[in-house]
Amino acid sequence: MANVYDVIILGGGPAGYVGAIRSAQLGMSTALIEKEKLGGVCVNIGCIPTKALLHSAYIASLLREAKEFGVEAGTVKTDYGVAMQRSRKVSDQNSKGVEYLMKKNKVTVVKGAGVLQPGRKVKVGNDTYEAKKAVLIATGSRVKGLPQIGLEINKTTVISSDEALFLEKAPASMAIIGAGAVGMEFANIFHAFGTKVTLIEALPRILPLEDVEASDALAKSYKKRGIDVIAGAKVKKGTPGKDKVTLEVEAGGATQKIEVATVLMAAGRAVNTENIGLAECGVQVTDRGFIKVDQNLQTSAPGYYAIGDVAGPPMLAHKGMREGVTVAELVAGKKPHAIRYDNVPSVTYCHPEVASIGLTEDQCKERKIDYVAGRFPFSANGRARGTGETEGFVKILRDKKYGEILGAHIVGGHASEIIHELTVARENEYTVEEVELAIHAHPTMSEAVAQAALDSLGRVVDM
Amino acid sequence: MEALSPTMEEGRVVKWHKRDGDPVKTGETLAEVETDKAVMDLVARADGVLRQVAAAEGQTVAVGSVVAVIVSPGEAVGAVPAAAAPATPSGSGKREAGNVATVTAPAPVAVTPLPVAAAAEATRVKASPLARRMAKEAGVDLKLVTGSGPGGRVVKKDLERAPSPGASAAPTATAGATFPVSRVPFPERTGAAYDDVPLTQIRKTIAKRLAASLGPIPHFFLTTEVDMERASEAREALNKQLGDQGGGKVSFNDIIIKATAHALTKHPACNAWFQEDHIRYWHEVHIGMAVAVEDGLITPVIRNAERKSLADIGREAKELAERARSRRLQPSEYTGSTFSVSNLGMFDIDQFTAVINPPEAGIIAVGSIVQKPVVVDGQLTPRRRMRITMSCDHRVIDGATGAAFLKTLKQMLENPLAMLL
Repeated sequence: MANVYDVIILGGGPAGYVGAIRSAQLGMSTALIEKEKLGGVCVNIGCIPTKALLHSAYIASLLREAKEFGVEAGTVKTDYGVAMQRSRKVSDQNSKGVEYLMKKNKVTVVKGAGVLQPGRKVKVGNDTYEAKKAVLIATGSRVKGLPQIGLEINKTTVISSDEALFLEKAPASMAIIGAGAVGMEFANIFHAFGTKVTLIEALPRILPLEDVEASDALAKSYKKRGIDVIAGAKVKKGTPGKDKVTLEVEAGGATQKIEVATVLMAAGRAVNTENIGLAECGVQVTDRGFIKVDQNLQTSAPGYYAIGDVAGPPMLAHKGMREGVTVAELVAGKKPHAIRYDNVPSVTYCHPEVASIGLTEDQCKERKIDYVAGRFPFSANGRARGTGETEGFVKILRDKKYGEILGAHIVGGHASEIIHELTVARENEYTVEEVELAIHAHPTMSEAVAQAALDSLGRVVDM
Repeated sequence: MEALSPTMEEGRVVKWHKRDGDPVKTGETLAEVETDKAVMDLVARADGVLRQVAAAEGQTVAVGSVVAVIVSPGEAVGAVPAAAAPATPSGSGKREAGNVATVTAPAPVAVTPLPVAAAAEATRVKASPLARRMAKEAGVDLKLVTGSGPGGRVVKKDLERAPSPGASAAPTATAGATFPVSRVPFPERTGAAYDDVPLTQIRKTIAKRLAASLGPIPHFFLTTEVDMERASEAREALNKQLGDQGGGKVSFNDIIIKATAHALTKHPACNAWFQEDHIRYWHEVHIGMAVAVEDGLITPVIRNAERKSLADIGREAKELAERARSRRLQPSEYTGSTFSVSNLGMFDIDQFTAVINPPEAGIIAVGSIVQKPVVVDGQLTPRRRMRITMSCDHRVIDGATGAAFLKTLKQMLENPLAMLL
């Protein structure tokens, strides 16, 4: 009976470990089952190491422009292997940090692959763990290839982010298939490390989920620095050779052959729902493969909840973390505030960064919302001029009648940090006027937010 | 100088777009004015010729004072009475005139300044800024809305089902802002559900003085006794017929609601909302019906009562009251009324005064029906009599206006057939 806990969580990624901490905080005995390192994709092969590499890329580009700022850096040499080693250290530190947090909160960590059993049980090897209150499924997702066109991930010439994060050297050339956040970030990283990058997106524009203006700004920025951007392109066939891959790409009515040393697959992720005993427990999945959940994130099997990527899009660490907290509170008998899925920020950490919240302008049009767009370019922002980060803008879409902030889109340095002002505003239903009324320190990039709010009201000051 | 924002007290003329003698059309920008919040356009409220530009560019002018006058082409500018306007820096002290021809001399309102005691906000309502704006627009009292946000905060979601009577039609400000309102035909529909008529100076002064003298809403009360003999007979006959058809019964309250709605169509000046800087005269009658519930009072709304049959009103009133008592009313079902009826007749109350349900301008308090000795044609006769008391918001309804409405209501109740006219 030693293996009985109030809550058992399957998967130690962001949704799982945060859910475990909240569960333990609420006085419930908690076990967390993880087959690999704590922290999941995010900490080990996702968010965290890519941010480390992006910073290396940023330093490289900064040094290349240093002369303009009165700093001579000589010839800038880059070494992807060194940057990679540093990113591994950062990941390992973070994973150890999660281990520490589990200890601190007295969460039992079970190493191994867990399989769900009926009766709120989880089997790990020969041991069976039983949950008195709930089992939380947080098994996450993984990268996927496109075997149907010959691009199965072979880990040498056709790789995913999993391999890209461990390369010792930046390849001479690389085609990245998929220009969502992952594709955009790796294009930025490898380009900075000297790789000739071709970015291929099937949808008509890169960053297809972002506002058109954000996509356009990034396409322009990438092309300007020498990254080939091909959008609205269909990869018809991929032929991996020993040390190269030939791609047949159809775009704009013409088919072209592209030969690269490496193909990085960044076109979507698959959820980890296989071999964890879902069917045996009566946990159903949706047509798209996610675990079917109700509004309390409970699955079709009572007592089994799903959180994080397996529970459905958006597949973002911060969305999963919130779900972990919410479900832990529900299980503890609390009444947590409903998760606002329409207020989950989306961030791409390429340079310039892209961050958004809420609706895009096209979505406002589709929904026939009477809106006004307010814009402010960083080229008119004093702080941005000082640092030379004049690319990009803040765009705020406000409801015409009540001033509700329908959506906000930021392209520019530190966009990932600046967006939260608008996230907080939306969470609390502040209108553009409350945002504008809050005094913004001068000079800051954030002033552009206030100015965009003013612009939506027809009274921008600094432009 | 118009109040271009709810809190504007004065405005600085930034730039005149029209000069003395320029022809102007309704809606054209006359000048740019800097308010406490922004630079806004001051637009013409009438067609004509701009004359007597009194405020120079750069000059700050109090809201309500004259910045210019619009006259008909060729018309001389008459001496415009100054009494109702506050003293202005320009010293002209003249009323803003939509159209000089329609300016009427202000009534002799006592203008002795009273110490204005700011009414303390009753209870703080937790609501998001967005919810506040939506509630203000929809005329929803946030105190009546159950908040679903953290700590019971009222958020957008809680208001989305609240009514927006004029949502499909833009509010039409009547050009020229002319009084009296009885010129507004009723119930002929202009498309919009209501007209927003900006407050004239006299209305503003009345509003300010009276509000300062008697709480936030300056109430006054009018009582009359109604002979309910015929209404009782009509009700008995009607219920017999309805009973034969298997329908529900009609109550006295239903008859009073119907008569009130009907009387309001004859007196649109009483079917209005006071909106701080304007009065909204409704083209539809939505009657709020006060219902006592376990720990308070709620006023479910019979919408478009003026167009509903007595039987429909009866059915709806019964259904709303039942759900009110079991606390199953949606916000949209207890907000947006244009006038209210409160009935304590069943408690044997002879007469009482009801408190106005803002932003409405009036409420009828209904007492019990009592048999009394009454002299009819020189004969002492027992008659069923009922006292009704109307509470009026003096900022909207003046004594004579309220009395005229009450007289019509009394006539309709005393001769229910009149409702068929």
